[in-house]
Amino acid sequence: MSASPTSAGRRGLRLVTARRSAERSRGDAILRGLCILAGLAAAFVLAEIAYQIINGARPAISKFGLGFLGHATWAPNLGHFGAAEMLFGTAVTSAIAMVIAVPLAVSIALYLALFAPGPVRAVVGPLVEMLAAIPSVILGFWGILFLAPFVQAHVEPFLHDTFGFLPIFGPPATTGLSIFTAGIILTVMVVPIIASLSRDLFLTVPREMKDGAEALGCTPWEMIRGVVLPSTVSGVVAACSLGLGRALGESIAVASVIGGGNLIHGNLFETGNSLAGRIALDIQYYVSKLQLNSIFYLALLLLVMGVLTNLAARMIASRYDVSSRTVI
Amino acid sequence: MTSAAAQSSDTPLFDPASPLKPTGNLRRRLFVSQAIRWGAIAAAALAVAALGIVTFDVIKEGASALNLDFIIQDPPAFGPGGGIRSAIIGTAIIVTAGALIATPVGVLIALYLVEFSSPRSRTARALRMTLDLMQGVPAIVVGIFVLGLIVEVQHKDSGFAGSVALAIIMLPLVARSSQEVLLLVPEGLREASDALGVDRWRSILTVILPTAMSGILTGAILALARAAGETAPLLAVDGTFTPHLTFNWFGPMPNIPVSIWTAAEAADPNGFARAWGMAFVLLMLILLANVGARLLFARSRRKVMG
Repeated sequence: MSASPTSAGRRGLRLVTARRSAERSRGDAILRGLCILAGLAAAFVLAEIAYQIINGARPAISKFGLGFLGHATWAPNLGHFGAAEMLFGTAVTSAIAMVIAVPLAVSIALYLALFAPGPVRAVVGPLVEMLAAIPSVILGFWGILFLAPFVQAHVEPFLHDTFGFLPIFGPPATTGLSIFTAGIILTVMVVPIIASLSRDLFLTVPREMKDGAEALGCTPWEMIRGVVLPSTVSGVVAACSLGLGRALGESIAVASVIGGGNLIHGNLFETGNSLAGRIALDIQYYVSKLQLNSIFYLALLLLVMGVLTNLAARMIASRYDVSSRTVI
Repeated sequence: MTSAAAQSSDTPLFDPASPLKPTGNLRRRLFVSQAIRWGAIAAAALAVAALGIVTFDVIKEGASALNLDFIIQDPPAFGPGGGIRSAIIGTAIIVTAGALIATPVGVLIALYLVEFSSPRSRTARALRMTLDLMQGVPAIVVGIFVLGLIVEVQHKDSGFAGSVALAIIMLPLVARSSQEVLLLVPEGLREASDALGVDRWRSILTVILPTAMSGILTGAILALARAAGETAPLLAVDGTFTPHLTFNWFGPMPNIPVSIWTAAEAADPNGFARAWGMAFVLLMLILLANVGARLLFARSRRKVMG
C-alpha cells in the first residue's frame, strides 16, 4: 500500500485500490446476496409448507380436534373422518420394515465396509444404492402382480403354520395384499438408505483401532462388536431414524399393496391402510371440502412425523458421536 | 482328520509339522465370526437379488410392449394399442423445468455454505438444518402443500404445479451433493486465486465452479432421476387422465408415473400391458442416469483430486 514514493503516485494508487475494492465488494456483495437469498428461499418454502398444511387442515382440526387421532372411521360420504386406522397401519408397516431392514442393512454395511474385497465392494455398493433409485410406483406395481401372490402362496402360509400360535400370524387372506406385504415393500425401500449411511460410518472408524483389536487376538466379529459398532452406534441409530422417516412417509408403494382395508386387525395378513397411502388413494377423488381438510390433517400428521424423525436423527448424531458427522 | 488325530496321539510333544487347527474356545470364536461373515454376505446378496428380480420382471413384462409405435403414439382413450408419447413428453417437461428451478437455487445454497460462511457459524447450521428438514418432508406432503398453494388457487391441475413440487424435492438433494463437490475442490486453487488478487466472486465463477462443474451436474442428474419417478406429488397436483399430447405447462399434463399408477389401480389387462411398458422405459432411464452419473462423478473426482 505504501510502496509509491511520490504523492501523485500514491493518490493514483489509492484511486485504483478504491475502485478495485469497490468493484470487489460490489461483485462479492451481489453473489453473496444471491446465495443468502437462495438460503432464505429454502427456509421460506419450509415455513410455507408448514403454514399451508396447517391452514388447510384448520377446519378439520376445529371440527374433530385431537379426537381425529382416536377415531377409526373414514367414511367420506357420511362425513365421518378419523385417523386411528391409518395411524395403526403406518405404525405397523413401518415397524415391520424396521424389524427386517435394520439387521439386514447393518449386515450389508458391515460386509461392504469390512469384509468385501475391493472390486466386489465397488460393484455391490452402487447396486445396493440403486435399489433406492427404483421408483416407488414401479415397486408398488411389481408388488401387486409379483410380490403379493408370492407372499400369499408361500410366505404367509409358512409363517401361519410355524408361528400360528401368535395372533399376528393369522390365516392368510385371498389376495396377498396385506399390511405384511406393505412392510416387505417398505423394507426394500429402507434397506439401501440405512445400509449406505452405515457403510460410510463404518469406513470412518480409524484403521489403528481395528488393527489394534486384531493384534490383541480378536476375531473379525469381536473386532466389529468391540470397536466398530460401539464407536458408530449413535450414527447407525441416526441412520435408522432417517430410514424410519422414509418408511413413515412412503405413500404410493404402500397404497399399492396394502389393500385399502378399513378395520384395525391383530392379524398382519389382513388388509389395512396408512396415512400416506390414504392420502394417495383419496387425493384425486375427494367428494367434499371437509374430506380435503381431513386429508390436510393427515398430511399434517405426516409432516410432524417427518420433522420429528429428522430432528431425532440430527440430535442423536450430533450429541453422542463425533465421528457420525458424515451422516447429517 | 484321522491322520491329524493319529499324529497327535503318536507325538505328544510340539510338532512343527502338525497342522495349525484352532481348538476349543478359539474354534467357537472363529466359527461365530465366520457365521456372521456369511450372514453379511447373504444380506448383501439378498439386496442385490431384490434389485435383480425387480429389474428382471420389469424387463420381462415391459420389453414385449416396447416398439416404435409405443414411443411415438399417444395412448387411446379405451382399449389396447397406442403408445405413451404424451406421457413421455409431459414427464420430460415437468422434470426438466423442476430441475431448472432447483439446480441454481441448490448450487447457490451450497456456495453460501462452502464459500461464504464458516461451517460452525449459526446461519450455516440453520441452513443445513433447513435442508435436512426439507429432505425429511414426505413427498406426498410436498404434493399436498403445492395443491394448497397453487392448484386450489388455479382451480386446475397443472404441469407447472408438478414442476414446483418436484423442485422442492430436488432442492435439498442438489444442495447437498453440490456442497460435497465444492468441499472437494482443493484449497490450493482458492489460495492461488487469492494470491493473484482475484476477487472472491470472480474466482468462484472462473475457478471454483468450473472445477466442480461435472460433480455438480452429476448431483443434478441424480436428483432429476429421483424426481422423474416421484408419483405422490404429481398425483396431488397433476393427476390427470387426459391422454392427449400437450405443451401447455399451465394446464393438466399427462406424465409417466401417474399413468402407471392409474393403470395399476384400474386392473385392466390392456392398462397393465401399457403400465409395464412405461415402467420399463422409466426404470431403464433412471438406472442409466444413475450409472452414467456415477461414472461421470468417478472421472471428475479423479480429475479434481489429481
